[in-house]
Amino acid sequence: MPQAALEGRFKTVRISMRALLCFAEFPGTDMILPTSRRGFLRAASLVTGAMAVPGWARSGTGGLASGSDVLSGEDIKLSVGHAMHSVGGRAGHAIAINGTVPGPLIRLKEGQNVRLSVTNTLAEDTSIHWHGLLLPFQYDGVPGISFPGIKPGETFVYDFPIRQSGTYWYHSHSGLQEAMGHFGSIVIDPAGADPVASDREHVLVLSDWSVMHPHKIYTRLKQNGGNFNFQKQTLAGLLAGKGQSAADRRMWAAMRMDPTDISDATGAIYTYLVNGHGPVENWTGLFVPGEKVRLRIINASAMTNFNVRIPGLAMTVVAADGNNVQPVETDEFQIGVAETYDIIVQPQDDRAYGFIAEGIDRSGLVRATLAPRMGMVGETPPLRKRPLLTMKDMGMGDMDMSGGAIAGMDHSKMPGMDHGAMPGMSHDMGSMKMLDPSVAPQVKMGPGVAMLSSMPMDRTGERPTGLENEPHRVLTYSQLRSLEPNPDKRDPSREIDIHLTANMERYMWSFDGVKFSEGAEPLAFRHNERVRVNLINDTMMPHPIHLHGHFFEVVMGEKGNRPVKHTVNVLPGGKVSFDLTADALGDWAFHCHMMLHMHAGMFRVVTVRHDEDVA
Amino acid sequence: MIRTTIGAIVSLALVPGGALAQTAAPTADLHAGHTMPMATVPAAADPHAGHNMAPPATGDTIGNAPAPAPPTDHAADAVWGAAAVAPSRAALRREHGGFTGSMILFNLAEYQARAGTDGYRWEGEGWFGGDINRFVVKTEGEGDVRGPLEKAEVQALYSRAIGPWWNLQAGVRYDIRPDPQRAYATLGIEGLAPYWFKAAGALFLSTKGELRGRIEGFYDQRITQRLILQPRAEIEASAQSIPEIGVGVGLTDIELGLRLRYEIAREFAPYIGVEWAGKVGETARFARDAGDRTSGTSFVAGIRFWF
Repeated sequence: MPQAALEGRFKTVRISMRALLCFAEFPGTDMILPTSRRGFLRAASLVTGAMAVPGWARSGTGGLASGSDVLSGEDIKLSVGHAMHSVGGRAGHAIAINGTVPGPLIRLKEGQNVRLSVTNTLAEDTSIHWHGLLLPFQYDGVPGISFPGIKPGETFVYDFPIRQSGTYWYHSHSGLQEAMGHFGSIVIDPAGADPVASDREHVLVLSDWSVMHPHKIYTRLKQNGGNFNFQKQTLAGLLAGKGQSAADRRMWAAMRMDPTDISDATGAIYTYLVNGHGPVENWTGLFVPGEKVRLRIINASAMTNFNVRIPGLAMTVVAADGNNVQPVETDEFQIGVAETYDIIVQPQDDRAYGFIAEGIDRSGLVRATLAPRMGMVGETPPLRKRPLLTMKDMGMGDMDMSGGAIAGMDHSKMPGMDHGAMPGMSHDMGSMKMLDPSVAPQVKMGPGVAMLSSMPMDRTGERPTGLENEPHRVLTYSQLRSLEPNPDKRDPSREIDIHLTANMERYMWSFDGVKFSEGAEPLAFRHNERVRVNLINDTMMPHPIHLHGHFFEVVMGEKGNRPVKHTVNVLPGGKVSFDLTADALGDWAFHCHMMLHMHAGMFRVVTVRHDEDVA
Repeated sequence: MIRTTIGAIVSLALVPGGALAQTAAPTADLHAGHTMPMATVPAAADPHAGHNMAPPATGDTIGNAPAPAPPTDHAADAVWGAAAVAPSRAALRREHGGFTGSMILFNLAEYQARAGTDGYRWEGEGWFGGDINRFVVKTEGEGDVRGPLEKAEVQALYSRAIGPWWNLQAGVRYDIRPDPQRAYATLGIEGLAPYWFKAAGALFLSTKGELRGRIEGFYDQRITQRLILQPRAEIEASAQSIPEIGVGVGLTDIELGLRLRYEIAREFAPYIGVEWAGKVGETARFARDAGDRTSGTSFVAGIRFWF
C-alpha cells in the first residue's frame, strides 16, 4: 500500500476518534452519549460529517500553523466530485472539492507561480473561479467568459503567478454548484513581512447549507417571491403592538412593498455553517489565552449576508477582501456574500467564546467556538428581533429622520431613535414616487423593475441593515481605510451609473432593468483607464457586487487611502461609488454575488481593451 | 480529567514556536484615530447634507471622457478558439436570466356543505414559461355530490407580463358544462393590485357572439406566519340574455367567501371557510323558473396546494 494511502487511512481513524470525543464532551446540550439506535445513527452521521471537512477546517484545530491538509507549493491538484455532507445529523448531496466541504485550504506565497490542476469527476461541466485573485483573464474560471469550462472527465490546468497577498477564496462558476459546497479558501502570505502580527491563525469559511437543491429554491422563489420568509408582519403582530403601525402597514401595502423582505432564501431552508460545521457540530478553534489570534473570515454563502460578532471579545479589523486596512476595533460587522475580513482578537481569559454569524434577517445563526481547549461550547445568544426596512431602504431618502442629524453622528448615540418605526411620516401617497422613470433614464422599464430609488443615498457611513440600533460598536464601510496608499492617484476620466434592479414578486433581478440573458451589452473599459462606477440600488435588499480580476477603491472620505475591495455590498436604496483602474486586459464577469440574483440575470461582462483593439 | 489534560497538551503542542512571546506589531496601535474617521462635514451644496451620514468624497474631479464602444469580439476566443468557447458562452447567457419553469396552483379544491345537497368545487391554474411570456391553463368547476357536474370550464391562455404587477392574458375558454357546451375567445388581465390584492378580470366572447365578463379578487391576511385568512369575491356579468344556459343579462352571479387556511408547508394548506353564492337579476329569475335555488351559504373545507 502506498505511503499516502496508509496515511490517509490512519488519518481517518484519528478524525473519527476526535469526532467521537467531541460527541461525548458536550454536557448540557442535546449531544449526549447515544443510548438509542437512533442516537447511534446520529452519532455515526456526525462522525461522517466530521470526516467530510478537511483537516484545517476540522473542529478542534490548533489553527493554520499546525497545518496539515493545507495545499501549498507550485503544483496543486484539485478534484471536483459528488459527496455526501452531514449537518445536524442529516446528510445531503454536496458537490465537493477533494471530497470535502469546504474544499482544501490553498496556501500560497506572493511572488510564486502556481499550477492548479482541476479534475472534473462530475457528469456535468464545472469550473473554479479564484475569487479576488489578479490573474490573466483566461484563468479566471468563468465558463463562457474566461474559458470553455471543464468538461466531465477533463483536467484543466490553471497556471498563473501570484501577485498579491491576503485572504481569498475559490468557487465554482458553473450553474449553482457553489451553493452545494463547491468552494474553498485561499491564504496568500506576503513576500515580505506581514504587517499584521499574530500568534495563531484560523480560517473561518461561512456558508449556507440546504438539503433543498438550489434549483428548487430558485423555482420556489419564482413561484412565490416571499416563499421562505416566515417573519412577515401579521395581524397577530399588529394586535400585539409589534412592528409597523396600521397606518404604516397600509402605506407599504399600497406600494406592494414588504418591509420584512430582507433575505429571500432564509434560515427556513438553510443551516449556517462555519468550516462545514453547523451549530450542532460546533466548530472549535483553539487559542492560548493572551495570544493574538488572526481570524480570516470568508463569506462563501450562496445567499446569506451575515452579522458577525464574538460576544465578550473586541474585534480589530485588519484586512478587507484580502487588502490590509488601518486597524479598526469594533464589536460587530456585516459581511456580504463573497467578502472577506481578517480580524485580530486577543482573548485573555481561559474560557470559551461564541463566534456568532447571524443571518441579517435573523432567521438563523451559526455558533462556532473559540476555546483554550476542546470540549467547550461558546455561548449562543438568542436570535435578535427581525429588523424592518424603512423608506430609506426604498431609496426615498432619510424620511424617518426629523432633522438635526449631522454627518459623522453615531446612530447608537441617538436616544430614542427607532429606525424601524417612522415617526412623523406623512402618509401622503402623492409625494412618494417609487417608480418614476425620470430618476433613472438609463433603466429599461418593464416587469422586472418594481422600484426606482428616487433619492438614493451614500450609505457607506451608516450601519448596515438591521444593526442601526445595536448598543455596541458596529463597523461601517467608511471606517475602513487602506493601510497602504492607493496606487493610482489619478482622478477618474469618466463615470458610469449602474442600477441594481429587481421585482421581488416575480423574483426578477437585473442591472439597469436588463437581464444578462436578454443580450445585455458588455460594460466596456479602455485599458488602464480610470473610471468611477456608481452602483445605485433600486431594490430593498443589500447586493454584494463583485468585479472579477480587479480591485477597486470604494469612494469614501479623502482620497489616498480608500479601502481596496473586490466585492462591495450596496445597501438597500443606497448607492456606492468605486474608482476602477481597468488594468487587466480581457473579459471579466461582473455580478451580484447573491447566487440566485446572479442566476436570475444580475450579471454583466466587463471588457478591458486597448482602444485600437476594439473591433 | 484526563480529557482536559490531553486538551491542554494538544493546545500547547499546537502553539507555534515563540508564539507565547508578545510580538511588537502595527496591530498594537489599534485605537489610533481610526474609530471616528467621519469628522468632516458634507458640502453645504448637497441638499441632503444634513441627513447624509457618509463622509463626503473629497478632492475628486471626474472627467467626461466618452465611453469606448463595446467590443463585439470575445477575449477568450483568441486563447481557446471561438468554437471551443461558443457553447459555454451560450450557456452563460441562458443561465443568467433565462428562466423557464412552471407552477400548478389549486387555490380552491373543496367540499361544500349546505342546505339540500352538498357540493364540491375547484379552481386552479398552471403556468409554464419564463418571466415574461407564459402559457397559462385555468380551470374551475362545481357540482352536487349526488348530482351531475354543473359547471366546468377550461381556459388556455397566452400570458404576457406587461408591467411589474400585471399580466395580460388572451386565449380561449371552453365550457364543458353547462350543456350546451360553449367556446369563448378570452381577453383578460391578472395581477397584484395595491394593498396586495390579487385581482383578475376577463371578457369572454362566445362563438355565438355572446359577451360575458368576470372579475375576481382575493386577499391573503396573515394572522400568523402560517394561519391565513382569505376573503374572496367574484362577480360575473353578461351583455345579453342566454336562457339556454340560464344566464340573464346584466349582473349574473355574485360570490363572497372567507377561507381560513393553515400552511403546513407553503405548498400545502388545508382550509375551512364559508361561502355565499347568489344569482341576481334575470339569472335569478331563470333559476327560480327552473326550480333551483338562487342563493345559499356553504360551509367549505378543502386543501390549497401548489407545486
